[in-house]
Amino acid sequence: MNSFLNTSRPPVFCPGCTHERITKSLDAALIKMGIPDHKTVIVTDIGCSGLFDTFFNVHALHGVHGRALTYAAGLKLADPSLNVIVTMGDGGMGIGGAHVLSACRKNMDLTLIILNNFNFGMTGGQYSATTPSDAVVGSEFLNQAEIPMDICGVVESAGASYVSRISGMDDGLSDELVSAMKHKGFSVVETLGLCTGRYTKRNQLTPKVIDQMIEQRPSPGGVIEKNQRPEYGDRYRQLAKEKGKFPDPFVVKKQFDMPDARRHEVVILGSAGMRIVTAGDMVCFAGISGGLNVSIKNDYNITVLRGQSVSEILLSPEKIGYTGIESPTVVLALSDEGVARRQKIFATLSPDTYVLKEASVAIPDTPAQVEEIDFKAMKIKKTDWALASLAVLAKHEIVLNKDMLVFALKSRFNEKVFNLSMETVNKIL
Amino acid sequence: MASVFMEGNEAVARGAMAAGCNFFAGYPITPATTIFNNMLKMLPPRDGVCIQGEDEIASMGYCIGASMAGKKVLTATSGPGISLYSEHISFAIGSEIPLVIANVQRLGPSTGSATRGADSDIQFMRWGSTSGAPVIVLAPKDAKDCLELTVHAFNFAEEFRCPVFIASNKEIGMTKESFDMDDLNLPPLVERTPYTGTGPYVPFAADPEKAPPFLPIGGTTLVRQTSSTHGPDGYITIDPQIIAAMQQRLHTKLTAAMDRITLYEETMVPDTDTLVISYGITSRAVTDAATALAAKGRPVSTLSLKTLWPVPEALLAEKAARFKKIVVIEMNLGQYVNEIKRVLCGKPVKFYGQMNGTMIPPAKIMETIENE
Ligand code: SF4
Repeated sequence: MNSFLNTSRPPVFCPGCTHERITKSLDAALIKMGIPDHKTVIVTDIGCSGLFDTFFNVHALHGVHGRALTYAAGLKLADPSLNVIVTMGDGGMGIGGAHVLSACRKNMDLTLIILNNFNFGMTGGQYSATTPSDAVVGSEFLNQAEIPMDICGVVESAGASYVSRISGMDDGLSDELVSAMKHKGFSVVETLGLCTGRYTKRNQLTPKVIDQMIEQRPSPGGVIEKNQRPEYGDRYRQLAKEKGKFPDPFVVKKQFDMPDARRHEVVILGSAGMRIVTAGDMVCFAGISGGLNVSIKNDYNITVLRGQSVSEILLSPEKIGYTGIESPTVVLALSDEGVARRQKIFATLSPDTYVLKEASVAIPDTPAQVEEIDFKAMKIKKTDWALASLAVLAKHEIVLNKDMLVFALKSRFNEKVFNLSMETVNKIL
Repeated sequence: MASVFMEGNEAVARGAMAAGCNFFAGYPITPATTIFNNMLKMLPPRDGVCIQGEDEIASMGYCIGASMAGKKVLTATSGPGISLYSEHISFAIGSEIPLVIANVQRLGPSTGSATRGADSDIQFMRWGSTSGAPVIVLAPKDAKDCLELTVHAFNFAEEFRCPVFIASNKEIGMTKESFDMDDLNLPPLVERTPYTGTGPYVPFAADPEKAPPFLPIGGTTLVRQTSSTHGPDGYITIDPQIIAAMQQRLHTKLTAAMDRITLYEETMVPDTDTLVISYGITSRAVTDAATALAAKGRPVSTLSLKTLWPVPEALLAEKAARFKKIVVIEMNLGQYVNEIKRVLCGKPVKFYGQMNGTMIPPAKIMETIENE
């Protein structure tokens, strides 16, 4: 291949713009790489650096300001065989800073060329994340109140495994780009250049000054030893391979006739850590095994092991429409926190509602029938109260019976946990 | 009978797998997170990629890249995430990048209530991008719908090369329920049409009513993709004629296929004068209300929309024609009702909406209908 340059779309940069030199160096680098055009993608975003993809005859993806690295990552994960090159200005790097940092941490095999010319060229020379505080720019005085960021310092500390800084006019740029592309991992090449259209008119910046800047702050030199580690995609694929098999959906077969196959609304009022959600699932498994439709909603705090834990379960021979609780047939009051959360329902319960109240729990006045049970006196641990209350239901054959409960426990637990649960259940039955 | 038991979010993930999804990127947010959790269990064993973006913008960017490489992609979020997705949704619309976005809605505005449901974003999904070009929005009412509609969503995304939303809701996403797998009605899978022509590949050359045929970035033919206004060749353009044709096509490719995109359920009861229109979780309370009203000797007919956008105008006009009264119920303070009023211009439309983080109970719906 002679050149990857798109002769029908020649570069359109301002005369003297370093971007033009970088375009040629990138072409020379691609020629040296010797890989076919369709194995390379140039990903760009906004600004003059965002024009790069149009100048090349390779795959091209041009997107929104600062986000180029995200498209590049998606492409590379989808097709690891691609040589993915991202060009971005100092503007794109500023707005997409989180993506730059994330790319450094991931170490995906991408090559990021940052075309740092110290300002936003395309929009008229405003200051960017790299503009010196004393530069004269299109943002009036604003840059004087900030300091510029050191791109190489930031990406190196964020974990980039290849980092270098070079003048965009350096004859060695194409070789530098080749070694960045060949590096397997996230490579950042910061090129320093002149924006003749917007920046150099008002600021003393010449190729010589750029060389001096690089001398004063030498290049990190390419491969960063301390950041060497496996490439992200390789690591992902290796870890993914170790993952278990595809999880099948949880299926329950009808195998019992319900003791009382009408619509039931069961509310379990407990606290975090009382295995309320698990008990709720048990009621559902039992219900499905009795040929009913079921739904369950859980209400708990995001704080772990604190606050209420409430399950609301519907069981119905009909298809379940509205999934809210309207007239509970069973309320299990297992903690004050849970009761406080549904305080209002107690007054609305019907005389047919069965309420099980643990002896230590206080509940508001209610027309429902209340059974009080002292689980504590029965030496049942608090974490098993929800399970124990299901055993009470099974004993009375409300909603479920013993067979259904045992089936539910068996479906959900391994043998050891099942046997432990049966110890609790047998204390009741 | 054997029933599966799962929450709506798991059903979305299973639907995605059934549709051949092989790439997921997302960022944690309640109440959508369990879609991500499920995809993380399901994709790796099937050689798929499932990653957590550094933010929502990145997640969509990953999806855009992967979709352009030919993957079938899914992402999932809720209102605050959709806000951040916005710039990339525009990109995907304008550049015809297939994507499926599960929006498990929660109460807004802004961060609103993470654990309280509402159909908060019905207008936002449609209009939350620049240009006003349309998207497809499908609204499930239960876990089974979540599974089925996700497959439809992938099919539509592939065929029309556009983002497709699943307008779920915390009340569906995080409610576990049973349903019979044998009742599932999954459509045959649709794949994006590959370019098979012999001439040079012009990436956005298309029939005026269709999406362009696709070739992946990374294939042997060079592909050019851009977020900027482009001509068929994929290069930026300012030619008004080319721009107009492309903008028009983005509309027409969806509206011309409206019949196929329109999904709904209806219960038409003879000799009823009232049609209750709803969607999503609210449809279930409407069904209960209709059953109770029938028992009281005041039957109504119901229409549950599963395709919200593009608005199924012909369907609405046809179904509403014979009814004297239209009642619309929504889990917000009135977003879609405006579309229904627009389509049924002049017909009296009664509305009840509620935005308090709880579902609308059947009694409220009965009251609305009875108090006409
Ligand atoms: S504005 Fe600056 S960066 Fe843009 S083309 Fe002109 S010189 Fe180059």
